[in-house]
Amino acid sequence: MSDIALHDDEQVHHPFLQHQFEDLGQQYEASTLGMWMFLSTEILFFGGVLCAYWVYRLTYPEAWALGGQQQNTLAGGLNTIVLIISSLTMALAVRNAQLGNRRGTVAMLVATLFFGSVFLGVKTYEYTMHYREGLFPGVHFTWHEVPELAAKVQLFMVFYWSLTGLHALHMVIGVGLLLWFIWRAWRGHFTPDYYGPVEVMGLYWHFVDIVWIFLFPFLYLIPHFGVHHG
Amino acid sequence: MADDNENDHAVPHHITPLATYIIVFLALAAGTLLTWYASTIDLGWMNTPIALVIATTKAALVILFFMHVIYSSRLTWVVVIGSFVWLGVLFVLTFTDYLTRMWQIY
Repeated sequence: MSDIALHDDEQVHHPFLQHQFEDLGQQYEASTLGMWMFLSTEILFFGGVLCAYWVYRLTYPEAWALGGQQQNTLAGGLNTIVLIISSLTMALAVRNAQLGNRRGTVAMLVATLFFGSVFLGVKTYEYTMHYREGLFPGVHFTWHEVPELAAKVQLFMVFYWSLTGLHALHMVIGVGLLLWFIWRAWRGHFTPDYYGPVEVMGLYWHFVDIVWIFLFPFLYLIPHFGVHHG
Repeated sequence: MADDNENDHAVPHHITPLATYIIVFLALAAGTLLTWYASTIDLGWMNTPIALVIATTKAALVILFFMHVIYSSRLTWVVVIGSFVWLGVLFVLTFTDYLTRMWQIY
């Protein structure tokens, strides 16, 4: 009839093996590589904003130091630790999926969801305080402690809101994905032969953590020694 | 057709030991405290490079261990390293311009 192998000697197809792949191993490799391709574009997406941030930081160091002093370092530091913990629980979710531990996978994904939500809660508190203090750029911007630098501090706050806002958007998407993954893990979809989706979810979550690892020193810990205002 | 010896069609079964994850986590937490502490001391022009080195080290730990790149295929390494090469091109070309057009500021 034809020389195409019909794989009749193989076991029944895995329910989650997509038809374009020969086997689960090839599917795993393609999905993780594809995720890295996407993260590559994400690195350059955040990189573009950060590059502009550095151009202005080097141009207006006094304003950047003042802008950094408007931040709640305790809240930012706490959120950094919270996000690192959520990365640990995400990594442990992948490990549990690899081991075929369904309950462990669900528990670790729920923990990741919890810490991700704590991060967004703290971020919401910070945003609220900034807004009340008149630190939202635009017509409501009322920060004038150093009048001659107010416009440049406002520019810093544009970067603050853009960078943390884009990061928070990624967190919200991650939280939504986690809800879906918790449901799938609960249904027992993930096994030692099919943990690829959890791994890919982890790649996304860890990337968002890495972005924050840079945002914390860039936005909260700007050197202000020897900077003369005005 | 398929070469069984290549073994590139098996789902990777490498499982990172729990201890590795815990150690990486503790290193990341320590790095966070260190970057905060370093920012409270006047180190002159060194403050910014130190913050960058700590953040880059933390990112490398996450990429290598949490994201399993250290156990990944060569092709994944190429994409990961390639991403940062392009990020480098973005920064280097931008600053060869900005750092050389306004001498009076820098």
